[in-house]
Amino acid sequence: MIERSLKDLAAALAAREISSVELTGLYLERIARLNPDINAFVTVDPEKSLAAARAADSRIAAGAAGPLTGIPIAQKDIFCAEGWLTTCGSKILSNFVSPYDATVIRKMHAEAGLVPLGKTNMDEFAMGSSNETSYYGPVRNPWDRQRVPGGSSGGSAAAVAARLAPAATGTDTGGSIRQPAALCNLTGLKPTYGVVSRYGMIAFASSLDQAGPMARSAEDCALLLNVMAGFDERDSTSLERPTEDYFAGLEKPLDGLRIGLPKEFFGEGCDPAVMAGVRAAIAEYEKLGAQTVEISLPNSHLSVPAYYVIAPAEASSNLSRFDGVRYGYRAPEYGDLNDLYAKTRAQGFGAEVKRRILIGTYVLSHGYYDAYYLQAQRIRRLIADDFVAAFKVCDVILGPTSPSPAFRLGEKAADPVQMYLSDIYTIAVNLAGLPAISIPCGFVAEQGSQLPIGLQLIGDYFSEGRLLNVAHRYQQATDWHRRAPEAI
Amino acid sequence: MSLSLEQVQRIAHLARIEVSAAEAEATLSRLNGIFQLIEAMQAVDTRGVEPMAHAQDLSQRLREDAVSEPDRRVAFQAVAPETEAGLYLVPKVIE
Repeated sequence: MIERSLKDLAAALAAREISSVELTGLYLERIARLNPDINAFVTVDPEKSLAAARAADSRIAAGAAGPLTGIPIAQKDIFCAEGWLTTCGSKILSNFVSPYDATVIRKMHAEAGLVPLGKTNMDEFAMGSSNETSYYGPVRNPWDRQRVPGGSSGGSAAAVAARLAPAATGTDTGGSIRQPAALCNLTGLKPTYGVVSRYGMIAFASSLDQAGPMARSAEDCALLLNVMAGFDERDSTSLERPTEDYFAGLEKPLDGLRIGLPKEFFGEGCDPAVMAGVRAAIAEYEKLGAQTVEISLPNSHLSVPAYYVIAPAEASSNLSRFDGVRYGYRAPEYGDLNDLYAKTRAQGFGAEVKRRILIGTYVLSHGYYDAYYLQAQRIRRLIADDFVAAFKVCDVILGPTSPSPAFRLGEKAADPVQMYLSDIYTIAVNLAGLPAISIPCGFVAEQGSQLPIGLQLIGDYFSEGRLLNVAHRYQQATDWHRRAPEAI
Repeated sequence: MSLSLEQVQRIAHLARIEVSAAEAEATLSRLNGIFQLIEAMQAVDTRGVEPMAHAQDLSQRLREDAVSEPDRRVAFQAVAPETEAGLYLVPKVIE
């Protein structure tokens, strides 16, 4: 049962082969048994989950089920869910039980009838690439428990990889869906900015943040995106577009597909074993009828520097709302109002979040705004224009998702810059606002462990359907994505 | 460029985050490492390039100026550290 696709699970539920209560119970049992070691979930509430499963069963019995009704899913703890503790991986929200639902939560549960299994661990405020900045402790990678699952959606990735959930949600500001998907052998899609509502999704960098599905196949991701996507008047950056069926085009043949290979993604700086996996995947795509074309993204080396100005700038503004007055943690002792703010924030935020707030505050401050913030925004334009030029000669862009497989816990935790470079291939996509997907493409043997490798496909604006199609066809020809870690 | 200890304290004050002298010292070297990374931007000639603030160049939607949300003050204040009579309590600001 735990290896079945979402489509097959839906069919089993429809045929009454299993009930949602049984299916949910099966996953809750696995969570109770395996989560203490993996630490993928920060909150589980079996009563709530089973109540939702019972409601789903009634809906199925009444013939009112949607395509995913009754299927359990794990929610990243960045989404506000009414009545659920919603921590965003931070001490400052350690007591925050959300009084309202994020749009993603409403659409998935109230509307589509998916069953919430719990809230997954994450880097604090999604700031990290290893899940080590969480107040609730690091997540262990199910493929090697001495290694990180990636981040910031590390709990979601580990939950699905360890089969503690059939699928999960993630959010991606600089690679936070794609990099953990790559490190945990999952398929993870970051949609075009504005396709999925950000309402109720705790903001990190508002011009970059985008939610998306994390699952075991492109087919599963297509079904999930059908539920997650759509215009929302409560998000001022949500895009008004006709509804799309992301499942419908999965089977399209790839004949004539032009795959762009950016020379900047195939140079130095990438683990040779990762590169070998990516090259083998390119050969597979050629067998499937695709052609490759060399392209250039000449400003891509500037994406990490520009990102570490823009994202902290937006974060310093967004996170000013955590002040100990309206919700969340408040310091137990303080003097005047300024002291209340300063002590609450000093005690409530972790070291990485504080660093980013300080950087953001600095680059926005008087005298530095032009040199840093405006310069970063100009470079953002150059990076986006590189993609515009590239998509004139290719349909999708392919490269590695991450320069290395999963690294050891603690390996990069002491050096923020080393950690930041883990997102070197993913960040430009967020700056441009494009969609991209990471899919499994092989394994690296390292110190007795089999570590997954991911490849990234980047598409033009609103090409989610095409990306899912290109990923799906590869997954029909290969079985990397079906492999599960041993001892789960 | 590199920051000074005084600058770190100044930014921390602007950000309303209390930092001890020891913390400021430790933060300083990390921040300077990050600024070294950011410096790579400075060599790029961006004269004439329009700054890009947002992924989609769209104007903000407008809606009718009408009440669209129900009153949920009680639920929203239930999660506040300290309230009284519908107000959020903070230390006295005006003597």
